[in-house]
Amino acid sequence: MGIRFILMVNKQGQTRLAQYYEYLTLEERRALEGEIVRKCLARNEQQCSFVEHRNYKIVYRRYASLFFLVGVDNDENELAILEFIHLLVETMDRHFGNVCELDIMFHLEKAHFMLEEMVMNGCIVETSKANILTPIQLMDKAS
Amino acid sequence: MSGPTLLDSLFQRSLEDLIKGLRLYVGDESTFISKSLDEIRREIKSTDPQTKSIALQKLTYLHSIHGVDMSWASFHAIELSSSHSLNFKRIAYLAASLSFDPSTTDVILLLTNQLRKDLQSPNSHEVSLALNALYFIATPDLARDLTPEVFILLNSNKGSTRKKAIALILRLFELYPDSVRVCFKRLVENLENSDPGIVSAVVGVFCELARNEAKSYLPLAPEFYKILVESRNNWLLIKVLKIFVELAPLEPRLGKRLVEPICDHLKRTGAKSLAFECVRTIVTSFSEYEFAVRLAVEKIKEFLNDDDPNLKYLGLQALTIVAPKHLWAVMENKDFVIRSLSDADANIKLEALQLVLAMVSEDNVMDICKVLINYALKSDPEFCNEILGCILLACSRNVYEIIVDFDWYVSLLGEMTRIPHCQKGEEIEKQLVDIGMRVKDARPQLVRVGRDLLIDPALFGNPFVHRILSAAAWVSGEYVRFSKNPSELVEALLQPRTSLLPSSIKAVYIQSAFKVLTFYVHHYISTKGVITSASQGVEDLMHGRVQENPQFVRTGPVADSDTDDGGLNPMMLHRPVRDVSVESFEDMSVAHEWLSSTSSKVEPITEESIVSILNFVETTLGPLSGSHDVEILERSRNVLGLVELIREELLGYLVKREEDNDKGQRKTHEMIKLIAEAFSEELGPVSASSQERVPVPEGMVLNQNLADLDAICGDLGLHIPTSFSFGRSISSGKDDVTMSDLQSKEEVESTESTSLLAEHRKRHGLYYLQSQKKEMVYDDYPPANDLKTGNNADDEADDLVKLTEQSLFPKKKANQAKPRPVVVKLDDGDGPFIPAKKVESKDDLISGAVRDVLLGDEATTSSSRTKKSDKSSSKRRQKDKLDIDKSSVLKEDSKALENSELENAILRRSKRHSRGKEKKHRSTAKDRDEHEEGDKQKVSHNHGKHKSRQRADVALTLAAQSPVIPDFLL
Repeated sequence: MGIRFILMVNKQGQTRLAQYYEYLTLEERRALEGEIVRKCLARNEQQCSFVEHRNYKIVYRRYASLFFLVGVDNDENELAILEFIHLLVETMDRHFGNVCELDIMFHLEKAHFMLEEMVMNGCIVETSKANILTPIQLMDKAS
Repeated sequence: MSGPTLLDSLFQRSLEDLIKGLRLYVGDESTFISKSLDEIRREIKSTDPQTKSIALQKLTYLHSIHGVDMSWASFHAIELSSSHSLNFKRIAYLAASLSFDPSTTDVILLLTNQLRKDLQSPNSHEVSLALNALYFIATPDLARDLTPEVFILLNSNKGSTRKKAIALILRLFELYPDSVRVCFKRLVENLENSDPGIVSAVVGVFCELARNEAKSYLPLAPEFYKILVESRNNWLLIKVLKIFVELAPLEPRLGKRLVEPICDHLKRTGAKSLAFECVRTIVTSFSEYEFAVRLAVEKIKEFLNDDDPNLKYLGLQALTIVAPKHLWAVMENKDFVIRSLSDADANIKLEALQLVLAMVSEDNVMDICKVLINYALKSDPEFCNEILGCILLACSRNVYEIIVDFDWYVSLLGEMTRIPHCQKGEEIEKQLVDIGMRVKDARPQLVRVGRDLLIDPALFGNPFVHRILSAAAWVSGEYVRFSKNPSELVEALLQPRTSLLPSSIKAVYIQSAFKVLTFYVHHYISTKGVITSASQGVEDLMHGRVQENPQFVRTGPVADSDTDDGGLNPMMLHRPVRDVSVESFEDMSVAHEWLSSTSSKVEPITEESIVSILNFVETTLGPLSGSHDVEILERSRNVLGLVELIREELLGYLVKREEDNDKGQRKTHEMIKLIAEAFSEELGPVSASSQERVPVPEGMVLNQNLADLDAICGDLGLHIPTSFSFGRSISSGKDDVTMSDLQSKEEVESTESTSLLAEHRKRHGLYYLQSQKKEMVYDDYPPANDLKTGNNADDEADDLVKLTEQSLFPKKKANQAKPRPVVVKLDDGDGPFIPAKKVESKDDLISGAVRDVLLGDEATTSSSRTKKSDKSSSKRRQKDKLDIDKSSVLKEDSKALENSELENAILRRSKRHSRGKEKKHRSTAKDRDEHEEGDKQKVSHNHGKHKSRQRADVALTLAAQSPVIPDFLL
């Protein structure tokens, strides 16, 4: 499946966005998020961005107060996922202009739509920022 | 609940209001949420789509961020999805994709028509919304119903839609394998699209498919190869490399072709992700190509020396992969690896640890362990135990393969115990006992280390170490003959602080004390005998009684005890004694020699020391004889019983020393000897699978119901009254005399029960275990290889015993010229018995369908293409030939696969499969015709292709075991 889930979590460990590519119940999600937050947020800048968890890997990157965590299969290319995270942040940056936690909070839907454009079935299908943002711009125009 | 009023709609709070409200709300968040939920419940029922959509939007937000259940709102989402407004539709589909559970949300089926409509919509945004939603909520039914629509989209002229459809198809394959037949061909065609995005999506799908079952996709290798050579898209290349990692082991000839382009990418690329993927591919799949590995290791070195911890980590990981086959790569970076043990990042440390252990060999194990133990002392508890665990694992691998100096290793185990953070008690315990049983030469050192651990009062404080103490106690009891000071051992085993131990371990302590005491006393007695005989020897010469005393020593000689005699009293090398030991114990000569060196230092045992030990044992164990723990109770009673026996003996000895042929004394002697004899018997390792080899005795059905037990119980019932009354009669008789004497009553009851037991045993002796001379050691330890009981079991167990004996035998000779002490290995291997597993893949359905499609379709496409090939380039023609080869080869392949399937899968005999087989047969027949046609055409078109055609024919006639890659690629 490649990517199993994408989480955005702030410094306090509050989830700001959660996209799962396989169905988990609310309890499972809560447990998973708790474990991951505990594992990843304690790490510092000098430590590497890969953490093994259960039977998969978590690749994460911190931007200001926000952590982007991506759960991937074990044989996924970690560096490519890091690039993907960066692409995601850049795309958001382009849309919101200096994206911050609040932007994602108040525009959660848009963030989800960006992800929908970029990832399908756990595979990365779109890497062009312009293409990713077209539907969202259309949506803005409509409303 | 009433429906929403107009007022509600007018003053509805937007999502933004909700979020702001949540942020500003002081106090318990959940009260605010439940208040909002009430609002939403009202609003969502509105007929106004605007109101409804905002309510759904808010609910979705609460669901995804605050974990609010929204399964009750599923229907509302479905309702809204039929809206004409793209915006509402979007909200509805998002809600559906985030909250629907395909396995439980039953309203999903209601969406089928809406989804179909949207998938056919001319508006590409609607299509992509539907595709997305379909991915998240797809059920097998939905997948079946919507496959045709998605199939059409595979050819959509809008790139983004096509990409999504391609990625979605994987999901449909999983849920509804028959969709493969419809869509697979078109999926493959998309591989040749000019849009790299689309190709990338297809490759992504194949990457996932190949991960589950690579064999079916081998025929597509040429296409992937083309991408590998021509593409410059890093995402795409990474995926293609992943596919080749799966394919390479199936077709060895792939390597030759692939190594070059991969190395080229590695040299050329600036992207770290691609570079790393190349490295990983080379080290996992192409490690036999020296130059490629060299190049990869160069790159790894670059990664290691980078400041980025990510690259460091990955570099170490790659080294771990490369280590088993190219240890030099690790050695070259040895310094770095060792330094990484103290890295700030626990993950990097762990990787480094793995690598350090990969470097361990016979020659450097001591040095490396020294370094590691130093690191363990310095690091945090978690990593410390990680290190210890790794050392234990590496050293014990393959029955202590790399250990030459067991004295050192045993000491190391002792050292580990003293590390404050040590939590590896269980493993160390296991190994101490294991080494004791397997390595004869290590036993003296084991006893030494065990003694040091036992007398160390500090160790009681760490509960993780208790298990090790238990092993130490066991070892000192079992191999007490190597001990320099048994009396000290008894004291250590019964020291007051043992009350801190859990009762199971305490029982081990007491049992060990029992063994030590037995040894000690037996030793004393036999020594005494010798002393008497020695001191009397002089007199004997005068009195002419030479015969009698050596006779005494000879009675019931025991292997170890007698050698002990020889060793312990070297100053009185009485000839008869010597003779005895030489005569009956040649095979123990090694142990004997050991003894003479160790035990010469043992202080002589005096009567006073025995008496004081007995007193000590009595005072410490006395209170325990009333313990509530059965194990402790029984064992301490045993010891106390022994003490009593010895006292008798000792007194008897003191009094009747002169009249040594007294019968009572002889009897006690014999008993102590007997016990000592039982304890000194050799315990060997037992294979974990040996239990399973004991065949069930004839006529015994293990899962028979135990109805006949009733008969026995009935018997018992009949018997109880009679024997009970019998006992009763005694007791009542006694009661008459001393009614209040509780103890006598207890006694009576115990005799009563023993008489019952004896009665029962007599009647049903069959169900009782044979009474054994040797005492069984508690369950915690690997049960000893019981030679005696083994005999009555059966032939096979017998054989096993013999085998173990045989494997023990030559080792003794080997000991003389030793570099490495002998480690007893079981002939059948020591690994745990793993029952053969049936391999069952759930992806069989998909790959089966894929094979069908590739078989059937390739032929038709190839023939259709050959018609066009008149105009196309030579490359094109080559391609056709390739297709034909592919299909012909595939036929063979599928047959081979079918055969193997027949063998493997016993359970997986479904209707579906037989249907698939029929199809396959039909299509094969069709293929062959077409293939011949194609062949003819090919011959007429290009005559120069003779050679390759022949090869293709060969490929046809040979029953191909694995799919063959067309020669074009090789």
